[in-house]
Amino acid sequence: MPTVGSSWGRYPHVTQNIVPLHWRGAELPTPDGTLLAYGNGRSYGDSCLNDAGNLLVTRGLDRLIAFDPGSGILRCEAGVLFSEILDLVIPQGWFLPVLPGTKFITVGGAIANDVHGKNHHRAGTFGEHVRQFELLRSDGSRLLCDRTQNSELFHASIGGLGLTGLIVWAEFSLQRIAGPWLATETLRFENLAEFFALSSASEKDYEYSVAWIDCCAPEAKLGRGLFMRANHAQVSNAKRPPRQRHLRMPFTPPLSLVNRASLRLFNTLYYHRPIAAHGLSHYEPFFFPLDSIAEWNRMYGPRGFLQYQCLVPPQNSAEVVAELLRIIARSGTGSFLAVLKTFGEREAAGLMSFARTGTTLALDFANAGPSTFALLDRLDAVVAAASGSVYPAKDARMSSAHFRQYFPQWEKLQTHIDPKFSSSFWRRVTE
Amino acid sequence: MRRVLIIGATSAIAEATARLLAARGDSLFLVARDADRLQTIATDLGVRGAVRVATATLEVTDFDAHAAVINAASLALGGIDTVLIAHGTLSDQIECQGSVDALRREFVINALSTMALLTPLANLLEAQGFGTLAVISSVAGDRGRQSNYVYGSAKAALSVFLGGLRQRLAKSKVNVLTIKPGFVDTPMTAAFKKSALWAQPAQIATGIVNAIDRGRSVVYLPWFWSIIMLIIRSIPEPIFKRLKL
Repeated sequence: MPTVGSSWGRYPHVTQNIVPLHWRGAELPTPDGTLLAYGNGRSYGDSCLNDAGNLLVTRGLDRLIAFDPGSGILRCEAGVLFSEILDLVIPQGWFLPVLPGTKFITVGGAIANDVHGKNHHRAGTFGEHVRQFELLRSDGSRLLCDRTQNSELFHASIGGLGLTGLIVWAEFSLQRIAGPWLATETLRFENLAEFFALSSASEKDYEYSVAWIDCCAPEAKLGRGLFMRANHAQVSNAKRPPRQRHLRMPFTPPLSLVNRASLRLFNTLYYHRPIAAHGLSHYEPFFFPLDSIAEWNRMYGPRGFLQYQCLVPPQNSAEVVAELLRIIARSGTGSFLAVLKTFGEREAAGLMSFARTGTTLALDFANAGPSTFALLDRLDAVVAAASGSVYPAKDARMSSAHFRQYFPQWEKLQTHIDPKFSSSFWRRVTE
Repeated sequence: MRRVLIIGATSAIAEATARLLAARGDSLFLVARDADRLQTIATDLGVRGAVRVATATLEVTDFDAHAAVINAASLALGGIDTVLIAHGTLSDQIECQGSVDALRREFVINALSTMALLTPLANLLEAQGFGTLAVISSVAGDRGRQSNYVYGSAKAALSVFLGGLRQRLAKSKVNVLTIKPGFVDTPMTAAFKKSALWAQPAQIATGIVNAIDRGRSVVYLPWFWSIIMLIIRSIPEPIFKRLKL
């Protein structure tokens, strides 16, 4: 289990007072300093950190409150993990409506970051499926928020980075499934034009789609990768899957294991690996390829890593993504799993939601110091010029100027922020 | 499907154990001090699959109230197959060194109240001729150490009591299980940097359920504490008294 009080990228390191929460009926603690809810620490940068302040650790709020197996509506405390929900509801024929790349996130964190998944074109973000939640504010009030009551706070809290108060519990809708299996297809593509063609061709008939992209490919092969798409299979009892989660990074190596040579080797091998065009996959390896190695974030060494996830509007997605890939390939850095996905045309669920119509690119960079930060600044310049944005849940370094440009609605969020709540991220990008 | 009485049901280890029992469809009767917390947990266990969950509040130091709660549990569950006793306090050693009242209070909570509860429960199970009494003691009861010998000696008394009870009830086919957890990562210890010695409540819970199912007598949880305590017990006093443990 990662140390409570650090983020998934293990950068930056800050000092905070840890305040564990355990009972949903209890009053909000009132230590000196600012407050911030902290779920399972899967945010990559500093949006889940509160330097010199307090972290309200919500994992102790992990109780279920009500589940109707007829309608698929689940109400639970904010610290419940997606993994725990899946274990409970899949045997009863239900599934989470939206799943990000890890199942080890809390419900509260999913709302505060308005997480998206491989079905954005069909289902939007998690916030779209939230029916209501209780917000505990520092003045002691408990506000029931939904689309009619306290609706402004409801929309401000979805994607609100935990700043509007403590989400104590939430109620949301699940989707019906026949079983834990997916009918999958994997297709190789040679360039970005092929990616965009596959992506738009798949939107209508496939619930899930995502692409892995070779971020080390030379100019001639720029934008090559593997396109994966899937639907829930109508079988309920295929052969039981082998137990997942057997590997663990047992310690943090003194240096990052991710370097120019290992990256190039992995990306080339991964692109050329033999692929079965059609297959039946258990949902876990399809949705959470990295969850099978516990604490994989340690492989980047003691300095941690930075994830960069940006959104590029649809008008000129292809050129902008190509430009970003060119800059990354020239730098010789990047990650084993670079992800490219188009978002559908849906109205954002929250005031500050990151997922909007366009194309998103996500990849990790080992923290090599100033050169990494300079590289990410160059990427930001391209994204900003294209009127794109960068995902706060993944960020530890974007400039205040870029943030304000990416999210001009930040001033509106400011009016809904609880006066006692703050985060390292928020202070960095607004002060 | 079992009928299980849990005393101290709002403790982290008891709650984690109750979840495992609920998921396999057991009926549960939960006892603790705080009615709101009991209700929170009871609702959760119902959603997780418990066939029946009922609750009662009890201050374990109110010895006169014990019998009524045990009767209520037996009535609500239609009999009792398994009892888990998990209540306790982690004593403030320094306070107990300066106050006989504190010393007495810690012994009443961590030793005497548990023995008092076990007295009628043991008779009930002995008469019916089956069942399990699972009781949380501690590795701290294996040897007195300067850092927590008041808590440790209360748990030592409890462990000895359980040993005798186990021998007495063996012929009645009633198993007495002594559970000795090591360091457990509960919300109270969230800020500590965890070494490899720390365990999650869910791990301890799995160990408890396995031990109940297999009819074990004494379990250290996780198992490696049996080795650690074997070493600690075998250090000669002349050396031990110079250690900082």
